[in-house]
Amino acid sequence: MTQATTGHDIVGRGAREGGVLFREWFDDLTGASERDEKAAYVFVMGSLVELLRVFDLHTVFPEINSLQTAVRRVSDEYLSLAEDDGFSPDVCGYVKADYGLQLRKGDHPMGTIPPPAVSVFTNACNTYLKWGEIWERMYDSPTIALDVPGTRHARGDTSIEGAGFERDCRYVRHQLEEMIPVLEQVSGKAFDIDRLREVLGLTNRMGRAWRRVLELNRERPAVFDAMMDGTIFLGVANALRGTPQGADYFEDLVEEMETKARLGIGSSVKGEEQHRLIFVGVPCYPIFRRFYQLFTEWGGAFVSSTYTWFASGGLNLDFEYDLDRPIESLAEGLLLSVRQAVDAMLFHDRALIAAIDEFGADGVVYHPVKSCRTVSTGLADSRRSVLEQRDVLCLYIESDMMDQRVVSEAQLKNRIDAFFEGLESRKIRLGSPALVT
Amino acid sequence: MTTRTHDPLLELPEGNDLDEILHECREILEDTSFPTVRKWREGGGKVLGHFQVYFPEELAHAAGMLPVKVRGAPVERREADSRFGSYICSILRSSMELALSGHLELDLFVTHPICDAARNLAGIWGRNRPEPAQILYLPQNPNSTASVVYLSEEYRRVLGDIEKVVGHAVSDDDIRASIGVFNENRRLLAELYEVKRETPWLLPIHEAYVLLALAGLIPREEHNALLKRVLPLVRERNRRPQDKIRVVFEGGFCEQPPLDLLRSISHFCDVVDDDLLIGLRWILEDVPTEGDPVVALADAYINQSTYSPVQHDLRKPKEEMLLERLRGSRAEAAIVAAAKMCEPGLDEQVAYGQALDREGIPYFVTEFEEKMTSFDHLQLQLETFVENLLFV
Repeated sequence: MTQATTGHDIVGRGAREGGVLFREWFDDLTGASERDEKAAYVFVMGSLVELLRVFDLHTVFPEINSLQTAVRRVSDEYLSLAEDDGFSPDVCGYVKADYGLQLRKGDHPMGTIPPPAVSVFTNACNTYLKWGEIWERMYDSPTIALDVPGTRHARGDTSIEGAGFERDCRYVRHQLEEMIPVLEQVSGKAFDIDRLREVLGLTNRMGRAWRRVLELNRERPAVFDAMMDGTIFLGVANALRGTPQGADYFEDLVEEMETKARLGIGSSVKGEEQHRLIFVGVPCYPIFRRFYQLFTEWGGAFVSSTYTWFASGGLNLDFEYDLDRPIESLAEGLLLSVRQAVDAMLFHDRALIAAIDEFGADGVVYHPVKSCRTVSTGLADSRRSVLEQRDVLCLYIESDMMDQRVVSEAQLKNRIDAFFEGLESRKIRLGSPALVT
Repeated sequence: MTTRTHDPLLELPEGNDLDEILHECREILEDTSFPTVRKWREGGGKVLGHFQVYFPEELAHAAGMLPVKVRGAPVERREADSRFGSYICSILRSSMELALSGHLELDLFVTHPICDAARNLAGIWGRNRPEPAQILYLPQNPNSTASVVYLSEEYRRVLGDIEKVVGHAVSDDDIRASIGVFNENRRLLAELYEVKRETPWLLPIHEAYVLLALAGLIPREEHNALLKRVLPLVRERNRRPQDKIRVVFEGGFCEQPPLDLLRSISHFCDVVDDDLLIGLRWILEDVPTEGDPVVALADAYINQSTYSPVQHDLRKPKEEMLLERLRGSRAEAAIVAAAKMCEPGLDEQVAYGQALDREGIPYFVTEFEEKMTSFDHLQLQLETFVENLLFV
C-alpha cells in the first residue's frame, strides 16, 4: 500500500501550507508598501474584507501583526516605543505594539506593513474604537466605525428570527451603504456588486469547510489542537477569506482532517490524547510553543477553543451569504458574526456547557490576559458557573498575549501540572470499582 | 404622567445653613447602604440601576421608577472579587459587590458598551443576581445618518422592559413631563458649574461634586429643589478669592475619585470645570418636549451632547474637546487623571498629553482608584506641580 492511498502523506499539510500562505500574504503586504498601493486596516471581528476586496484594497490586520511580534519574541521592542510615548503598561498590548509599528513606519518581523488608506472597525471590541482613534490622529485617512448592536442580555436570541434582529440589521445595512462611497473615493474604483457576489461565494466555500473542520474535532482522538493548530487556521481564515486560495486551503484541510479521523491520528505531539480540554481566552503568545507544550506533555489536547468562535469572523456559524441579495446578506452576516463573537466573550457559559457535552471535554482552561478585557473580564465568573453545571475540572491561569513581563512560565507550569494531577487522580477515582459502586 | 407619591428621600430641615446641608448631602452620598434607595423601596418604589456613563433616566422616571447611577463605592469586596480577573478596574468589582452584598437592591440593571469590561457586567450580573440585567447599546457610530432612528428604537426597546418591571404602560406624555423635570435639572446643574467656573472660591470641587452626585440617588424633582435652595446660599457665601491656579479635572467620567482626593486637589487648585459623572450633564441643552419624546431624547444624546472617552464621534476629537473645555473655563492647567485599569481613560491620557504639549498648556497626570485612602504622595506631587507653575 502506498502512502498516498493510506493518506499519511497529507497529515500536517494544513499547518505547513498555512505557514506558507501566511508568509506569502505578508510578502504581498510588503510589496504593496513598496508599490505604494492602498491598504485598509481591519480587525478580525467584523473585518468586512469581502467588501474591501471589491475595491482591490489590501487588508491589514493589526491584531495579527501584533501577535506576530509576540510569537517572534520581539513584542517588547514595540511595546516600549508606545510606553515611551505615555501608554500605560495596563492597556492592550496589541494596540501598543501597533502604535510602535506605526512609529517604525511599518517595519515588522514579517515584512513591511503599509499605512492605512482607510480604517474600518466595528464595536465588537471597544478597544477597536480607541485604536481607530489613534490612526485618526496619526494619518490623514478616513476611518469608518461600524456600529453593530450586540445581544442585550444573557438569554437573548441572537438568531435571524430573534426579536429586534431586523431592526438592528437595518441599521447595520444603512451603515454599509454609507461606507461604500467612502471606499469608492479611497480606492478610485466603482462598486461592483457582481464582484461582491463572487467574493461572498468564496467565503461561503471557506465557511462550509471550516465548520466541517471544527466538527471533526469531536472525534477521539481530536484531529487538531484547537489552540495551537487552530491559531494557524484562524490566521489563514482571516487573511484569505473571500479568496480562491483561502477557500481551496480549507477544502484541502477538510480532506486532511477527514483522513486523520479515518486513521485515528490525533493532534497531540507527544503520546496519546489523555485529556480532552476546551480553551477559553487568547493564547499566551510570548511563549506560545512552550505554553502549548505545558499541556501536551500531559497528553492534554484542546478539542475546542472559544478563540475559534470569536476570532473566525463568523465562519463557524451555520450561515451562508445569499448571493441573490449580497448587500442585505452582508449586513446579516456582519450582525450575526459580530454578535456571536461578542457572545462568545460576554455570554459564553451556555455555549461552553454545550461544547463540553458535544466534545466530551474533561476540563476547561481559562486563560484571561491583562491585555484584553473584552475576553477576560467575565472568565472568573464563567468558571464558577460552569463548575456548578458540569462535572469537569477548570483551570484558571492569568498571563498576557503580548507582554512577557507578566508571563511567569514557572508559575504557569506549577498550576498546569497541578491541574493535570487533579485530572489524572479524578480519572483514577472515577475508574475505581470501590468508588463506582 | 405616572403619579409618584412618596415621602421626600432627602430630609433637610428648613433651618439648616449651607454647611449643614453640604454635610448632610455628603453623609448620604458616602453611605454605602444607599439610604435614599432603601427608603424608596420601602415605600414600594421600583429602582432601575444604570452603570456609568449615560442612561436616558427620563424613561425610568416617566415609569415611576427611581433611576440610580451605579458608580461603585469604596466598599470591602468580599464576594465580587472572585467573579473578576486581576486586571479589572475597581468600579466594576465594587458595583457588583454592592448588589451581591444586598447594599443596593435593584429591579432592573442596565449597563452599556462603554468599555470592554463594562459590557461584560451584563453577563456577570445576570448570572449572579435575580433582577434582569441587560446592555443598552448606545451607538458608537453617531456619525451615521441612521443613528438617531436606531437609538430611538433601542430606547423604545428598553422602555418596553421598564414597562414589564413596573407593570404598566408609559405614555409619551409621561416621558414629556419627565423631560421637563430633567431639563430643569440640566439648567440648574449648568448654573452650579457656572458658579464653579466664575467664582470657584465659593464652591470647591469636592462640595460641587457632592451636590452633583446626589442627582444619581434621589428623584430629580428633589434634586431640583435641593439645587434651587443651595445655589443662592452658595452665591451669598462669605469667601474671598485665593491665589490658586484654575484647572480642569479630566478623567472622572466613569470610576469616581474618592471625595478626599478631590478635597486634596482643592487645597491647591480651583477646579473650574471637570468631567466628573459627565453622564448627568451629557445633554447640553433642553430636550424638546414637543413631538416624539423618545426621538427627542435620542437626538439629544447624539446631537446636543458633550464628549467622553467612551463615545466615538468624529465630530468630537477628545483632545480638541478638552482644549475647548480649558478655553471655555479659562483654565490655566489640566489634571489628566485616569482610574487604574481603565483602558479608555488610560488611552486618552496619551492623546490629551500630546495635545496639551502641542498647545503649551501645563498638565498633571495621575491615576486613582475609588478605594484609595492615602493622598499624601499625590498632594506632594500636586503641590510641586502648582509651585512650578506659580514660581517658575
